[in-house]
Amino acid sequence: MSTSAEPLLRVEDLRVEFATEDGLVHAVDGITYELEPGRTLGIVGESGSGKTVSALSVMGLTRRMGASISGRILFEGRDLLALGEEQMRQIRGNDIAMIFQDPLSSLHPLYRVGDQLVEAVRAHQPVSKGQARERVIELLGLVGIPDPHRRVDEYPHEYSGGMRQRAMIAMALANDPKLLIADEPTTALDVTVQAQILALLERLQGELSMAVVIVTHDLGVVAEMADDVAVMYAGRIVEMAPARLLFSEPEHPYTWGLLRSIPTLQRSREQELEPIPGNPPSLINRPTGCHFHPRCAYAEPEHARVDPRLEDVPGEPAHRVACLLEHQVRRRLWRQMTT
Amino acid sequence: MTRYIIRRVLWGVVLLVAVSALMFVLFRILPTADPARLRAGHSPSPKVIAEIRSDLGLNKPLLTQFWVYEKNLFLHFDLGYSYESGASVKSLIFERLPATISLTVGAAVLWLAIGIPVGIISALRRHSRLDRASMGASLVLVSAPEYWLGLIVLYLFAADIGQVKVFPGAGSYVGLTSDPWKWFTSLLLPWIVLAAGFAAIYARLMRASLIETMSEDYIRTARAKGLTERRVVLRHGVRAAITPILTIFALDVGTLLGGAILIETVFDIPGIGRLSYDGITHGNFPVIQGTVLLVALFIVVANILVDIAYAFVDPRVRYS
Amino acid sequence: MSPGTPETLPGAGASLDYLELGGHVAARSPFELFWRRFRQDRWALASLIFIGLLIVVAFAAPLVVELLGLPGPNVQNPNLTDAFGSPLGPSLSHPFGVDQLGQDVMSRVIYGTRAALTVGILGTAIATLIGVVVGLTAGFYRGFTDTALSRLVDLVLAIPILLLGIGIGAACAVRGCVAGVVQPGLRVIIFIVALASWPYMARIVRGLVLSLREKEFVEASRSLGASNARIMFREILPSLWAPILVYSTLMIPQAILLEAALSFFGVGIRPPTASWGQMIAAATPTFNTAWWYMVFPGIALLGTVFAFNLLGDGLQDALNPRVVR
Repeated sequence: MSTSAEPLLRVEDLRVEFATEDGLVHAVDGITYELEPGRTLGIVGESGSGKTVSALSVMGLTRRMGASISGRILFEGRDLLALGEEQMRQIRGNDIAMIFQDPLSSLHPLYRVGDQLVEAVRAHQPVSKGQARERVIELLGLVGIPDPHRRVDEYPHEYSGGMRQRAMIAMALANDPKLLIADEPTTALDVTVQAQILALLERLQGELSMAVVIVTHDLGVVAEMADDVAVMYAGRIVEMAPARLLFSEPEHPYTWGLLRSIPTLQRSREQELEPIPGNPPSLINRPTGCHFHPRCAYAEPEHARVDPRLEDVPGEPAHRVACLLEHQVRRRLWRQMTT
Repeated sequence: MTRYIIRRVLWGVVLLVAVSALMFVLFRILPTADPARLRAGHSPSPKVIAEIRSDLGLNKPLLTQFWVYEKNLFLHFDLGYSYESGASVKSLIFERLPATISLTVGAAVLWLAIGIPVGIISALRRHSRLDRASMGASLVLVSAPEYWLGLIVLYLFAADIGQVKVFPGAGSYVGLTSDPWKWFTSLLLPWIVLAAGFAAIYARLMRASLIETMSEDYIRTARAKGLTERRVVLRHGVRAAITPILTIFALDVGTLLGGAILIETVFDIPGIGRLSYDGITHGNFPVIQGTVLLVALFIVVANILVDIAYAFVDPRVRYS
Repeated sequence: MSPGTPETLPGAGASLDYLELGGHVAARSPFELFWRRFRQDRWALASLIFIGLLIVVAFAAPLVVELLGLPGPNVQNPNLTDAFGSPLGPSLSHPFGVDQLGQDVMSRVIYGTRAALTVGILGTAIATLIGVVVGLTAGFYRGFTDTALSRLVDLVLAIPILLLGIGIGAACAVRGCVAGVVQPGLRVIIFIVALASWPYMARIVRGLVLSLREKEFVEASRSLGASNARIMFREILPSLWAPILVYSTLMIPQAILLEAALSFFGVGIRPPTASWGQMIAAATPTFNTAWWYMVFPGIALLGTVFAFNLLGDGLQDALNPRVVR
């Protein structure tokens, strides 16, 4: 994660809050991460972890929701939070693109798919409609939509679910973005289609040397695609590591819980799944100290008073965790759990 | 697509038959008094009544009467004969049509031009003072009876009786061809009063519809594409938000073309609405019956046109 | 209907879905949430209070009139004219003036609340009852029942109500209708108002039922062996109370305006019973000189309808908040 190359994206202590009738919602509570060009970062968390809001904030889409945002989001060295709306607009759909969870509702029902893609192209490139259309047909082919010359004039409801998501991807790629943010791109799709879309994303990433941030609750997706993973809980990053390390040597009890609650073929039938006890915390009245402590089997009384900070794991470069337990203790607990 | 249109048109015809049948029941069967007597006007002679009886075929069985009635209606567009005025209802209506059309079209242009933009701006600047003010004003206008507003406006601004003599008063309508300027000025007040209520409704509807639309996912996508906010609002938001307004617009225009009875009465405009009103006050059944049928016709046609238009406007409809 | 058809755009209840607020602060019943939001809306509260006052006035009209020291609404006094024979305008003893028969306008305006509220609330209540039953049946059973009922709704909506109402009123005016059963006056008006309004409610309810039908809780209930009737009334109907309340409250002002319009045409409430619409009609020939008995009933009408519209809006906002901007 930390190499000599300049990171494409660097998020520094991002905090996002919303005022609601129930109180102040702390959606994102100070997260920091980096992303190199061409690499994939997976952001994992449950509903209410703040993962989607953090992604939207990179695109500047939380501004009009009345959010108060602080921190820095450095893209190619520029702080996106300091940019005006017009400057931000020039970056959206151009240098940074985003795809969303539900492709049917994310495409405009009253316009043809081709026209919506042409619009994306002409928003940032001074080309004619004809040229844009050529580019769009090319894009549709690139994402694997069959018969693009015909499909380009159809409406979203005439596409299948998988095709719609491919069209969304095509739309995101229209202007060769350097960074693609994918928010739960496969959640609304059938399992077989999920695999296809993920394969597509990986291939495109390789071909276009694009950096990808994939936001999901599905560890399988992350295992498939991510180089590095950040685990979010209650608005904070609790663990960050290269994917391989995260799955083999997780350090945070929450990550353990996530990994152990997935059914695998290796388990015997009699072994019960172990869900994480308790409920996700309220983002308005968060637990004091370590946000996870009410649900953690290993919490000590003082964990309710001290905020854990994201620290390097000794001996493992690029692996950081925010936990008040001692590294040796954690290592021992994990070994016990997996034998 | 063609099948869809044919089905809608067929249903429209069925509807018209049903409505006319209802009118038949209402105006010939239901009243306790003698139908011929009811149509004969004031102090008619027995000879006149007898004439009417035979004209209407009241001596024949009910079913025959109904059959003749429907046949005349659909084949000859025969809406009845007004014995009082000595003319067929159809001709009376055609005479009055230009005035009603003038009133309707002018008001429609005005209320769309005011209501839609106000609704859009209010939706975009929710809770601002502009929004509160325009929605408050709209609510007041929607709550006021138009005829009362008409009277107030005449009281204040009419040239003959008003406090501030700005506009021509009631009854000053002339046809477009005879005196265009007078035609125009005499319609100004009625246009304003008629459009006021509708503009208020449309502003409210547009606002609600646009607010709903702007929270849809495809708006988020449009913004994520890096489109200008103006484009997002107009081409993505308003475009989707305006379709429900279409239905209502067609129905409103359809109803008004059948005669804006209240406004025409207050401003004394010789339109179809006024015809209905006079028919009512004089107990002129054929006229009442005829005008009700006409309005029903307009509403049914408007409905069909809207359904067809929807298929053009919303591609999802075509394939159901 | 003429201007002011209730906005039939159903709310999707958009919320801060993006945030997925997680564990809530404290569980509150939907009613508590609704009431809290409603309480905070000053305009809606004010309209509720105003309507409450109107209802009180309507019930206690004789008392109110007496308290204000006004003559009864039907007390005619031909002497109350000026030198030219026109009725007197507002004065201390007659704050709203008198009409051409010498009747006190304020007194009649007060009594007019009875006609307006009776027709408005009762007519809407009947229309709601019919509309809910029809909509529920059509939406739930679908198929042929739905088609038949929907066609019926289309039919009734195709008829111009104002004209029809006037027509019915006129037709029944001479010697009554249906062999003399339906006589002009209050009953005809309530009948016409209910007839005019029920299709709107039916359509709305049908739409809601169609979407609720597909929800999981209905499937769950069915799989537990619940009968159709039970599902309809115990599962689906309770979920509808909010929109039904909102739309029927918004229908009341339409009903009141319809009654006023019909009375304006003389086919509604007949004199000497006081009705605001009829008062405006009576004032029309002389309103340029005797403005008071056109203006005051109109203001009363405007105020009442406005209050109901405001209440309906307030209810709608409280039940269906839109948080995302």
